[in-house]
Amino acid sequence: MSATQSDIRLHNVTKRFNELIAVNAANLTVAAGEVVCLLGPSGCGKTTTLRMIAGLDFASDGEITIAGRRVNELPARDRNVAMAFQFYALYPSLTVEENLAYPLHAEGLSRAQIAERIARVAKVLELQSVLKRRPHQLGEGEKQRVAVGRSIVRTPTCFLFDEPLSRLDIQLRQTMRTQIKEVLAHLDKPTVIVTHDQIEALTMADRIAVMRAGRIEQVASPHDLFSRPANLFVAGFIGTPQMNLLPATLLDVAHSAEGGAVARFHLLGEDISAAVDPAAVRLSAGSKVTLGVRPRSFEIVAPDVPDALHSVVDLVEPMGAEMLLHLLEHGTDIRCVVSHTARVAVGEKVGVRCKQGQLHVFDETGVLVQ
Amino acid sequence: MSKRDIRAVGIAGWGRTLGAAIISLIYFFPVLFIILTAFKTRQDALAWPMKFIFAPTLSNFVSVFFRTSVEGGDAEATGFGLYFFNSVFIGGTSVLLALIIGTAAAYGFSRFPLRGNDTYLFMILTTRMMPPIIAIIPIFVLFRIFGLSGTYVGIIALYTAFNLPFSVWMVKSFFDDLDRDIEDAARMDGSGEWRVFKKICLPQVYAGLAATFVFAVILTWNEFVFALMLTSPETRTVPAQIVRTIGGSMGVDWGLMSALETLFIIPVVLVTFALQNQLLRGVTFGTIRR
Repeated sequence: MSATQSDIRLHNVTKRFNELIAVNAANLTVAAGEVVCLLGPSGCGKTTTLRMIAGLDFASDGEITIAGRRVNELPARDRNVAMAFQFYALYPSLTVEENLAYPLHAEGLSRAQIAERIARVAKVLELQSVLKRRPHQLGEGEKQRVAVGRSIVRTPTCFLFDEPLSRLDIQLRQTMRTQIKEVLAHLDKPTVIVTHDQIEALTMADRIAVMRAGRIEQVASPHDLFSRPANLFVAGFIGTPQMNLLPATLLDVAHSAEGGAVARFHLLGEDISAAVDPAAVRLSAGSKVTLGVRPRSFEIVAPDVPDALHSVVDLVEPMGAEMLLHLLEHGTDIRCVVSHTARVAVGEKVGVRCKQGQLHVFDETGVLVQ
Repeated sequence: MSKRDIRAVGIAGWGRTLGAAIISLIYFFPVLFIILTAFKTRQDALAWPMKFIFAPTLSNFVSVFFRTSVEGGDAEATGFGLYFFNSVFIGGTSVLLALIIGTAAAYGFSRFPLRGNDTYLFMILTTRMMPPIIAIIPIFVLFRIFGLSGTYVGIIALYTAFNLPFSVWMVKSFFDDLDRDIEDAARMDGSGEWRVFKKICLPQVYAGLAATFVFAVILTWNEFVFALMLTSPETRTVPAQIVRTIGGSMGVDWGLMSALETLFIIPVVLVTFALQNQLLRGVTFGTIRR
């Protein structure tokens, strides 16, 4: 089997439940050794997509291939796909050891081989001391590890995780995140993780597929997703605090000497100019655009600096090493993150300017101009 | 915690235990009275005010199984040995059958719904909406036609049919309560539907099955009307014979009756006690699971 054949491919996969279209023509490729997160708000179709790969739901349309083989009609038990469920779904009447052994029965291994595999997984996940216990005697973190253990104990074609960390407290979450990442790195199999938690996605995934209302909006690396969100939805969904999305009118745009472009916008009652992506020159003057600026892309400047927005500090939220400022200009709330050492007072007039090269321009249809 | 607090808790605890004991005694008194009477001679049984301290005798228990005629002569077997065997055999077999068929049906109704699933379930339920006595004439006629009257097969089939709706509904509710993700996990782990049922679902509802078993056993053990109508002297169950033992030319023999009833409740008590943990878990299923 060649390397390219051990991937998961979704080609125009659609899932309809009667009238409802849960997943709409999804296209996605997950390569061997790659971790792809399906990220989106609840009800966006991410779990349905996962269940179709698993064989627990069947695609209404399109094609799913795993390791080069079309699996659309194949029931879950014949797909050799490992999946960890959100609520762990451990077998309550079996001990941890028996839970780990369960998937191996299907592979027809000898008793010694099974024992050896369990010992190996128990060692990796530090489960040796709880092997004889039943699921209801385990803590949340242990349950999670057993669930992961049960999926990595065999040699499946790919791994699927449904909200793997949602039930853990924050500290445990970080430990498990690292642990799962380490375990997956050694397996060299395609992995799909469903989550609604963007921190989880950003930290665990090689690439993230952002979904909304059954559609995959963008597939990109965490960095690209953050720095070049394809549209307004992705821009607003990724990143905390949320990106500022400010409606503006393009006054004019021209190539600059350095090969970039400079545009003038009418924004919140002021005219400002800023460096933009050269692709912006295709926009016609007077068109409505949305400017996206991450709260950390703003810098506070003196009120008299040109090309800055002039606003009033409305609220200061301390966030530890940083402060979240809410600035008010023409009734619009602008979120801006500054260092906690910055000296700003509520009611103070400040200038605020986007840092060079960190302005996102979205056209009238909400698509990033790039 | 100070010494005084401990004593306060202790007193409250004792008070609760005492209260529970008094309430239990009130409820349990009729049963206790029957059991005491079973060990009394005829004179003691009829004594007033009633005796709580007396010389116990086993003669009533002997008379349950062997009767000496008033004229004297050899003791004669009453047949109660057989009737007890019949009660256990017929009750046990029919309840087990109903449980096996009911569990299979319940799993089907729960996991592989047919078109009109709810209608079928409702139809099953309707059979319990009126007293079974309504059907006694047609059943009697049918038993005659098919030669089932007085046979084990006939009465076992009948009791199985009576227990089925109850078993199906009760066991289905246990299956409905299970977490479907666990079954999906088993499918992902390479299990076929049969293995999912046997290895994953069934062990999770054992407590429920035990509860269903006990309820069905009690219902069947007490069944009287059909036993009276449809059994022969060879297949007769205990309730159908007790009624023939009450009364007689010598008046009611309370000691004998009490001994009979004491023996009669023992199997049910044993079954209930043996399964009490499962019973408790079974009847509270779902509420304490998460």
